Amino acid sequence: MPKVKVPRKSTTIDMTAMCDVAFLLLSFFILTTKFKTPDPVQVTTPKSVSTKIVEQENAVLVTMDKEGKVYFSVADENKDQKSELIDMIDQSKALNLTAAEKKAFLAPGNLIGVPFTQLKSYLQLSPEQIKAFKAPGIPVDSANNQLVDWIRAATTAFQGKTMRMFVKGDNDAKYPSFKGIIDALKKNELFKFSMITDPEGVPPGTDLFKRKEAIGAKATDE
Amino acid sequence: MAEMDTSSGGGHKKGPGVKKGKKLSTRVDLTPMVDLGFLLITFFIFTTTMSQPTAMRLFLPKDTEKPEEQNKVKASGALSLILAKDNSIFYYEGELAPDGSNFKSTNFQGIRDIIINKKRSTSPDDFVVVIKPTPDATYKNTVDILDEMTINEVKRYALVDIFDVELQLVKASGK
Repeated sequence: MPKVKVPRKSTTIDMTAMCDVAFLLLSFFILTTKFKTPDPVQVTTPKSVSTKIVEQENAVLVTMDKEGKVYFSVADENKDQKSELIDMIDQSKALNLTAAEKKAFLAPGNLIGVPFTQLKSYLQLSPEQIKAFKAPGIPVDSANNQLVDWIRAATTAFQGKTMRMFVKGDNDAKYPSFKGIIDALKKNELFKFSMITDPEGVPPGTDLFKRKEAIGAKATDE
Repeated sequence: MAEMDTSSGGGHKKGPGVKKGKKLSTRVDLTPMVDLGFLLITFFIFTTTMSQPTAMRLFLPKDTEKPEEQNKVKASGALSLILAKDNSIFYYEGELAPDGSNFKSTNFQGIRDIIINKKRSTSPDDFVVVIKPTPDATYKNTVDILDEMTINEVKRYALVDIFDVELQLVKASGK
């Protein structure tokens, strides 16, 4: 009786297709994303349906972390305004900042989150110390709202230019901090500002959805 | 390697003394390349940001002491939303009844229908939404409800301070 030989099949899988897919995805990710910039303060922004992209130039940013602590910063692109701003704060609050301390304020990515009384000692810290430093936040309560002074100095420094006011808040921040920021803006007659959010799709069936459908998904909030 | 040797020992010979040069396969094992590809993909997914942040604009009304400069709101067209603890929302239409009977509670899933219903049942000139976050409301709640205004195309809305009466009602309801 002849033995029936079962042909043995190779277990090798052709990886070419998988390789193609992997590198296709890789190139997609490289081209469509940009590197995360390390944030000095961890903030998870809420989602919204807004489609307006945040612009960096002439931006004044108020950051609010998840404990509701408030930080103030000016875009790194605006060096002149930044130095003007710190001069003004120095004079109005009589802080006697040295040139080195003022220079520390100009450092890129600097977030100020201290009351004026601590500002001088904060600006003396080295970059390593700043990383370990736990900022108490700028006071924004109704009795002592120091953000008002910061924003006033910023509006003066940005005179003649359009200042973009941004508020970047964490999901878990409580409303009173936000209210303090709104109050500070109102006191400076700044009634328009933008809140930084993560994009989110428009829920179908709603009025906005219908309008966007009607004009061909080009609609942006003006 | 993800390859197993299944060849059955050299194959058959043509005859004694016949030596054939071993044919080399032109196939390249791509497994390491795939590994590398996916490793890089994961690296890029974790270190980069996909979407650029967007900005949502908010216009604040000017605070004014003079009553004649204040915007008048027809009570019947107003919908007050009170943002409370744990993502809950309290709302009432028109004016708050003295006994608090029209003070109702909902959440972020249900609020859209309430806004849509109110928008449909009132004339566009009268319709206004008043948003009152309590100190327990989070920033996310505030942004979400403002977003809801955009989604439902509510043209007139205001972010105002909460009244004590409403705060007490919220407290009384256990939230």
